[in-house]
Amino acid sequence: MNLPALNFAKTPAEMSRRDLLKSGGAVATAVLAPGVTLMAFGGEAAAKADPGKRWGLLIDVNKCAKDCSACVSACSKENGWQDTGHPDTDAQWIRKIDLKDKETGREFSMPMMCQHCEDAPCVDVCPTTASFKREDGIVLVDKHRCIGCRYCMMACPFKARSFVHEPVTDQKAHAPRGKGTVESCTLCVHRVDTGGSPACVEACNVTGHGAMIFGDLKDPESEISKALANYPSIALRDDLNLKQGVRYTSL
Amino acid sequence: MKRVLLFVTALLWLGIGPAIAGGPDIPKATGEPHPEGNLYMRINHMKLMSHDRDETVRDGDRSVEYSLKECVTCHAVNAADGQPVSYESDKHFCRVCHDYVAVKVDCFQCHNSKPEMKSQALIREDHADPNQIATYLKEAQE
Repeated sequence: MNLPALNFAKTPAEMSRRDLLKSGGAVATAVLAPGVTLMAFGGEAAAKADPGKRWGLLIDVNKCAKDCSACVSACSKENGWQDTGHPDTDAQWIRKIDLKDKETGREFSMPMMCQHCEDAPCVDVCPTTASFKREDGIVLVDKHRCIGCRYCMMACPFKARSFVHEPVTDQKAHAPRGKGTVESCTLCVHRVDTGGSPACVEACNVTGHGAMIFGDLKDPESEISKALANYPSIALRDDLNLKQGVRYTSL
Repeated sequence: MKRVLLFVTALLWLGIGPAIAGGPDIPKATGEPHPEGNLYMRINHMKLMSHDRDETVRDGDRSVEYSLKECVTCHAVNAADGQPVSYESDKHFCRVCHDYVAVKVDCFQCHNSKPEMKSQALIREDHADPNQIATYLKEAQE
């Protein structure tokens, strides 16, 4: 199999002035009176998506148990998506797929979700810029802009996105979702922004399988970067050269 | 006559009108009052939320001042059973005014119009606690 070189790390010279400006000084805003706004520059770094990071997942297919779907139920619980009795169209932010190698008879199972591509086809095709990639590499749908055209669903080679067909109530406050918009794995962006890791990864660790590693691909000292540097891994459909943030080993 | 009409319209806009004209009975909120004042919020709340939503969703800025989540938490209206009402109810904080001025809001097609339950918030508070995750998983499987 063709293994593309991993080169997520940016050298200091490649860090643009824009990056520097973004990761640097914070802007404090205070509204003094209607129409009068006081803005102060400097102080603590703004809590924004950091372009110096690239969040990724490494999934070890050998460690993923065939009868286990802890990652799927944890995601569903965390983000509030569930069966509505329409199996053909119900949302699936993450799913377990069972595979069999016809040559050898090896059967295995692995989770599939948004692969958080660096060159994401869903972002390319979106007519309203609702589908976008954050500075730290997380691919999201901005539902304020999504018109539900589903071009992104057609463009995604991994069938990672779902369209919400049914009215939704009692959403999670951190994961708003509604009829007429497209959605997919957010890499639990609300947890990542507060220093946590995705619900699926935590759930996988709790079951003891530990098949998923989450971390910063640009940080050479992170667990995921070390694992990627030391063991062979692949990006699915690497012929498309999408440079996914999600990679698989033992596949 | 034109001037009188203008004056009355202005009053309505500034939120003084309803009090005179028997307008909406705006439910009391919990929490600290807005430092900008209620008048400012009545006129500008949509701009504040619209601006900050882009900051959060697109730039990942979690330190923004205004969020719909906070609106629905402080301004929750409880029904007779003590549970907060949703946007379905005409007692909902947003609807009280929005019904009165006949302005439709789409926020709650995607957002929850009720405050998040405390237990849910607690579960997400500490990411690293394995006990919490175990409970969480157990609940998920039920």
